[in-house]
Amino acid sequence: MSLRIYAIAYLIFLYAPIVLLPIFAFNDATIIAFPLAGFTTKWFDALMTGNALHAAVKNSLMIAATTAVLATLLGICAARAGAMYKFPMKAGIMGFIMLPLVLPEIIVAVSLLVVVVQILNLGLSNWTIIAAHVLICTPFSIAILNGAFQNLDPSMEEAAMDLGESRFSAFRLVTLPLVMPGIISSMLIAFTISLDEFIIAFFLSGASPTMPVYIWGLLRFPASLPVVMALGTILVALSIVLLTIAEVLRRRGLARAGVQDKGGFL
Amino acid sequence: MWRKMTSTEGGRGLLMVSPPFFYALALLAMPLGAIFMFSFWTQDFVTLDTTFTLNNYREILEKPIYGALLKRSLYVSGCVTAVTVLLAFPVAYFVSFHVRPERKSLWLFLITIPFWTSYLIRVFLWKVILGYNGVVNTGLLNIGLIDEPLTFILYNVNAVIITLAHAFAPFAILPIFVALEKIDRSLLEAAQDLGESKFMTFIRITLPLSMPGLVAAVLIVFIPTIGDYVTPELMGGAGGKLIANMIQTQFLALNNAPLGAALAIVAMLCVTAISLGFVLLNRRWLRGRG
Repeated sequence: MSLRIYAIAYLIFLYAPIVLLPIFAFNDATIIAFPLAGFTTKWFDALMTGNALHAAVKNSLMIAATTAVLATLLGICAARAGAMYKFPMKAGIMGFIMLPLVLPEIIVAVSLLVVVVQILNLGLSNWTIIAAHVLICTPFSIAILNGAFQNLDPSMEEAAMDLGESRFSAFRLVTLPLVMPGIISSMLIAFTISLDEFIIAFFLSGASPTMPVYIWGLLRFPASLPVVMALGTILVALSIVLLTIAEVLRRRGLARAGVQDKGGFL
Repeated sequence: MWRKMTSTEGGRGLLMVSPPFFYALALLAMPLGAIFMFSFWTQDFVTLDTTFTLNNYREILEKPIYGALLKRSLYVSGCVTAVTVLLAFPVAYFVSFHVRPERKSLWLFLITIPFWTSYLIRVFLWKVILGYNGVVNTGLLNIGLIDEPLTFILYNVNAVIITLAHAFAPFAILPIFVALEKIDRSLLEAAQDLGESKFMTFIRITLPLSMPGLVAAVLIVFIPTIGDYVTPELMGGAGGKLIANMIQTQFLALNNAPLGAALAIVAMLCVTAISLGFVLLNRRWLRGRG
């Protein structure tokens, strides 16, 4: 019983900052502090007019969508190889691919910055951010897709091949439909991570900032803080919707593969 | 060659894993090699001097500021890890042992949601919570527990630790939960049938068997926290800056990428050495038994 109270208190601790977001987004005062002043929607109206903000949001959406597709494609390869084949040095190779999960992001950021700018003499653009985001999102995709691939029976594809399908069409007709929920779930998670990622984007963004980089700039000006709160409220609502869809699909995928749900993305 | 690759299971597996493997090789291993090489070069504003030198490392050793920042960073990462893992263990234990199986995913989902949302704004909101006119101070003043606002919870190392502990919470809970889920429940019953108390069962069975999860949680929190510069920048004030802030400054403001690279290498080496030491200390718990 006391454990349950502790767990609930812990959840309150986890949600404390997020609960404050809408409170200040609808608060009629420029200073982000208590006591509250009154209800307003003007900070949301202000969001509609910022051109620089709109450009940053568009940028981020493009980066996040591309990252989601590429990371999931790489994730499918790794998860399929990991779950369905035995090959030499498997543990080492898989561990290496998962390494970005524990590597400090600043290390990824500065090492790519050095390579792109100083060694390859290329300019920074959205593609440098995408390249880095794919690297850090792939391990998450693999973790999600592992659940979908792991308990798939390899003999189903073999049966399709015995009946005359090619290796690829056996995959497309038999395996793909079974892992589809996992694929979509992985894309949604990669999208959410990329959309929210700041540390790497700050180093690697070119002339056009991403949304978190733009927000970082706004945080220095006290007058723009309520607008940031309004933007944050929308973002939190959006990511909760995306994550809920991802979770529902992940569970459906596990059910299709006939696995008992052990819970969790990781 | 192609025939040979696709005809064996090992060959097909290698072929399948090669796109993500070569991607990680090109975008992770090679850049890490490049930054290592870079740390032995020097830069004078924009011109890069590629003669081999140990000057960057000498500067890091000689100027006390770098050592101090590194020590503070390791201290903060250590505290964050300890706080996060200690607070997370009971939650993971609760979800694994006291929540009905069909409700477990819901709990894990609730725990992971805050982790995915608006990292920057979340950090900023801790400023609102811990600030001079913040939620904590206003609340405590109203109850009458304190007479004037507390000042030791913002713009210092404590604030950085609290905020990072919040950000990394799910990272600690998930590996511990996975380890706890793997424990065979009949072992616990057997221990109690043989006369152990509940507390001793926990100490002698549950805790040792959950050690792989605890070690994973420690590593997955300790290693990435060293690279965070957002939290110390927003919450740390003048005395709470960490090594990642210095690396960022060297790269983006001072245009001294080689020194920044050397700092990154030194920080990585310290973290890796401490992590390896920690794993070695715990190796007797990590060996599979039977």
